[in-house]
Amino acid sequence: MKELLVLDNVSCGYKSGFYINDINFSLSEGIFAGIVGPNGSGKTTLFRGISGDLSLHKGAVYFEGKDFSELSLREKAQKVAIVSQFTEVADITVEEYVLMGRMPYRKQFQFFDKKEDVEIAHHYMHLTNTYRLKDKSMAALSGGERQMASIASALTQNPRLLLLDEPTSHLDITHQVRFMNLIQRLNEELKLSVMMIVHDLSLAGEYCDYLVMMKNGRIFEKGNPVEVLTYENIEKVYETVVVVETNPVSGNPVVFPVSERRMKEFVEKTKP
Amino acid sequence: MDKKTLSWSMHVLLLLVAVFFAFLLSLSVGEVSIPFRDMFSVLSDKDSMEYGVLSYIRIPRTLLGFAVGGGLSLSGAILQGIYRNPLVEPYTLGISGGASLGITFAIVAGLHLANALFLPLAGFIGALATIFLVYALSTRRGMLEINRMLLIGVMISFISSSLMMFLMSVTSAENIHGIVFWTMGSLNESNNAMIGLVVILSVACLLVSYIFVMPLNALRLGEENARHLGVDSGTTIRILFILTSLLTGACISVAGIIGFVGLVIPHIVQLWVGSDYRIKLIASFLSGSVFLILCDVAARTIIAPNELPIGVITGIIGGIVFIVLLSRSEKHSKFVQR
Repeated sequence: MKELLVLDNVSCGYKSGFYINDINFSLSEGIFAGIVGPNGSGKTTLFRGISGDLSLHKGAVYFEGKDFSELSLREKAQKVAIVSQFTEVADITVEEYVLMGRMPYRKQFQFFDKKEDVEIAHHYMHLTNTYRLKDKSMAALSGGERQMASIASALTQNPRLLLLDEPTSHLDITHQVRFMNLIQRLNEELKLSVMMIVHDLSLAGEYCDYLVMMKNGRIFEKGNPVEVLTYENIEKVYETVVVVETNPVSGNPVVFPVSERRMKEFVEKTKP
Repeated sequence: MDKKTLSWSMHVLLLLVAVFFAFLLSLSVGEVSIPFRDMFSVLSDKDSMEYGVLSYIRIPRTLLGFAVGGGLSLSGAILQGIYRNPLVEPYTLGISGGASLGITFAIVAGLHLANALFLPLAGFIGALATIFLVYALSTRRGMLEINRMLLIGVMISFISSSLMMFLMSVTSAENIHGIVFWTMGSLNESNNAMIGLVVILSVACLLVSYIFVMPLNALRLGEENARHLGVDSGTTIRILFILTSLLTGACISVAGIIGFVGLVIPHIVQLWVGSDYRIKLIASFLSGSVFLILCDVAARTIIAPNELPIGVITGIIGGIVFIVLLSRSEKHSKFVQR
């Protein structure tokens, strides 16, 4: 497999003091990767380092073998699409919004939208089931619909890599699963590489091929879900007691939290 | 031609017709009434009194209304776009405060007695100084910080108006009258070269703004998202800020403070044509022109033969229309969300 994205000893962060350090990992083409870790462990900072929103303090990010920071904003936008945690609520129709994804392909003084661009936008709107919302304002959509529209817009960029920052965190389970299934299908059918920040460890275990687990701005563990999502790792990183079982259908790890009271009862019962 | 292009063309056409009729009305109404149908015959008769009225008074005045109304409204539309804040207008950023202070200073120092041109010049220098200050104070580590810019603009407005009060409190009653009169705004400008300059600058800014029309569209999604779409948000914001500031500074220096055009017109235009800047920029410009020309007609006729300050008219009409539209659109948006 060809390497798509390589992070070579990356350090970056904010002037206020928070830094991520010594980040090394590489993603092969077509991968479905997840980043997990507690709040404040540096997941979003890592994304901002990759996208170039934060300049690197040390190390380098290579995309398809080239130093990513040397590409222009436009070239970056043709290769990597980013869906942020919160989609901006602007007074703009869904169709217009999705069409903005063609921005990196517009000529300098291209005033009108090309037919081809509109067709690409419509294609991905059909795929994400947002075509029916075409003339609605983004502000009038539900959280799930908005998330789908932002995926459509990102796909319209025709990227090689899709970066998703906690896309499912404010969706109900129906929309979460629908969303993850869509991403999985895109990953398989379009050979689109995906890297996403996931809060729900069970979702991460179920859908991702590769996980990077972060703690305090460093990588704590990386590898396939079975290696990463062990109860030892999770208890160390999240400082929480959990039980990890195997999903009987898929064989992937599932993570259960345990309440404090039940834990006490359990300990008492099992006392010799 | 697709549906969108057709609808945009219709909007522009409609606005051009509106501008034309506003021009005609503005040229015909006044102490000497010139009926529409006589307009062209009057213009060919260079010896008539009506010709004099038109060419020396009404045409320059109407042109100035066109340029200032369009310029302020265009600036408002652009600034609301780059700040992503619907309450921003050219005056929020302290530009008018700076210009007012410059003018006040010139009047108190008696510079206007030496040469009438010193007044707009002082206003423009004041505006430029404010732009520079706001810009410099909002730049940290080479990055322009948008929210900071807004706060600093508002603060500079306060400081300039306090300094203006101070200057007014130590100067003569006659000077105070001059300052207040200027503050209220007027399209009564006798220097044709200055009018020409404002017209050229306004139209030029409209043309230049179209170079940035797609980046402006992308900025509707936020600075960071626009950057992720390949738009150099920082540079776009910087250039547009300077462009609109110069335009506003020039408009204020010549016509005084004319409020609400830059705030209200872009809003109304957005409700009408949508938020796509490809139509919003030109529609804001032309609507602003029509609005200001009509307000000037009202200012000239309501208490004729005396004249009301145009800032009073734009403030009252603009404010009321804005409140009405806001309460209506709120109902509308609630309905849509349900």
